[in-house]
Amino acid sequence: MSQPIIALDNINVTFHQKKRTINAVKNVSVHIERGDVYGIVGYSGAGKSTLVRVINLLQEPTSGSVVVNDETFFKADTEAGAKTHISAKDLRNRRRKIGMIFQHFNLLNERTVTENVAFALQHSSLSQAQKDAKVKELLALVDLTDRAEQYPSQLSGGQKQRVAIARALANDPEILISDEATSALDPKTTNQILALLKKLNVELGLTIVLITHEMQAVKEIANKVAVMQNGEIIERGSLLEIFAQPTEQLTKEFIETATNIDKAIETISFQPLVQNLKSDEVFVRLSYVGDTTDEPLITGLFRDFNVTANILYGNIEILQDTPVGSLLVVLSGHAEQVKSAISTLADHHVEVEVLKGGSTL
Amino acid sequence: MSQWFTQTFPNVVYQGWTGDTGWLTAITQTLFMTFWSALFGGLLGLIFGIGLVITAPNGIAPNRALFWLFDKVVSIFRAVPFIILLAAIAPFTKLIVGTQIGTTAALVPLSLGVFPFYARQVQVALAEVDGGIVEAAQAVGASFWDIVFGVYLREGRSEIIRVSTVTLISLIGLTAMAGAIGAGGLGNMAISYGYNRFASDTTWVATILVLIFVLIVQLVGDFLAKKLSHK
Repeated sequence: MSQPIIALDNINVTFHQKKRTINAVKNVSVHIERGDVYGIVGYSGAGKSTLVRVINLLQEPTSGSVVVNDETFFKADTEAGAKTHISAKDLRNRRRKIGMIFQHFNLLNERTVTENVAFALQHSSLSQAQKDAKVKELLALVDLTDRAEQYPSQLSGGQKQRVAIARALANDPEILISDEATSALDPKTTNQILALLKKLNVELGLTIVLITHEMQAVKEIANKVAVMQNGEIIERGSLLEIFAQPTEQLTKEFIETATNIDKAIETISFQPLVQNLKSDEVFVRLSYVGDTTDEPLITGLFRDFNVTANILYGNIEILQDTPVGSLLVVLSGHAEQVKSAISTLADHHVEVEVLKGGSTL
Repeated sequence: MSQWFTQTFPNVVYQGWTGDTGWLTAITQTLFMTFWSALFGGLLGLIFGIGLVITAPNGIAPNRALFWLFDKVVSIFRAVPFIILLAAIAPFTKLIVGTQIGTTAALVPLSLGVFPFYARQVQVALAEVDGGIVEAAQAVGASFWDIVFGVYLREGRSEIIRVSTVTLISLIGLTAMAGAIGAGGLGNMAISYGYNRFASDTTWVATILVLIFVLIVQLVGDFLAKKLSHK
């Protein structure tokens, strides 16, 4: 296995306030592989911002170890124990290879778009002419060439975030940290920014750490997901694993925000068809991941078992080029045959959850 | 016209234009005091103001001891009424400029009188610079001085001009009080040659001249603050 580009181990971040101690991050370990788009999801206050700030030491952990690109930035076994800390000068140099974008863009208001991007290049070894060319190239990349001489106050939110992305990419970083970067944007702009991040990930091989409370954003571009709550990672895995088999309640809640399936179940339950479910009918939810969808299972139910499937609602997501679906279906037929149909579905890795009826099964 | 002026403002004319008690001398003295004490007091205030922001607990170089020092020095100097400061630091003034009376001597208490006021104003102005912008600068590897000059002073530029205007106006007020230690200027003209000699025309003309100074400072300050702001 390759060495992770970011290895956070046993990270604790504790804030001491006047009379209380806040454990913002509790013994968290995260390893992020080169080329990952790693989504960290959680509600505000979960500690996700604090955790990612540890990567470039904008937030120094109380204890734990931070290794980026095989270089130890920080290591301390306990709060009082001996600390290894990268020198301030080296840290500044390394930070230039870790781009960061923020929810509120954090652009320099008194500088033009060009100057904002150039600010990140002031310690670069490039000549002035090369820097100018670099800024132009970056602005072309984020499609802001015609805004070069404007000030941030003259730009829309999406444009500001694109300036911030250009600034973050100025020193050709290998890592980009996105701290709620789309949370202040409207859905359309959010998708444009996410598409841009995905493009950077694919074309430049940029490793992206995406923290957000919007599962939708994670769903669009992440390949791995960690869910944070109260300073701890409660669940993690590939995007598919998390979406297909969430175990924690919070994870399920987040997924629900992206799929709305629970809301659909509630709405459909009130429809006459489901309200007046006949004795030989059963209202079920079918969930499946991937290959299963290639087989005409629903047709097969009728062909093989004489069971009709009335699809009331369907939600199929393509995550990481793999379909993940949920169908709300009313199955009707002979009890025995419905039973066989359900077990056949299960054999094909379709999860069947009976929502109403089926007392005879 | 000239005869009307002589009759209406006899005392103003009596003071003359040049000479120790002349109007031009008073104006020059006021400008001299304002300029140099604004320069010294301003620099000192700027250093303390920036120091307060960067050594604060949430600053870029938190330092409890330095912050405490900056804070206390500013608070103590601000607490002393200027007219008392003038007298209290007389020996110190003598040490620095060799005399404790006159226009040059007034520069010491004026600078020390205005700097804590300015320091607090600068502190407030710079505190308005969004912490997120500072963090973003740190994230692109900006150094300490990049952040002081490139972020704080650059982003706070317009606000600093605005508070400088306020400070400069109150400094003009202080120069008038410095007349008490024989510093001259328009304040001295208004009090010593006007009020004390029942020459109200002199008082009025001196007042109007001070008002004109204040107005010019205000207009220029507002213009610059607006021109340099892109928020």
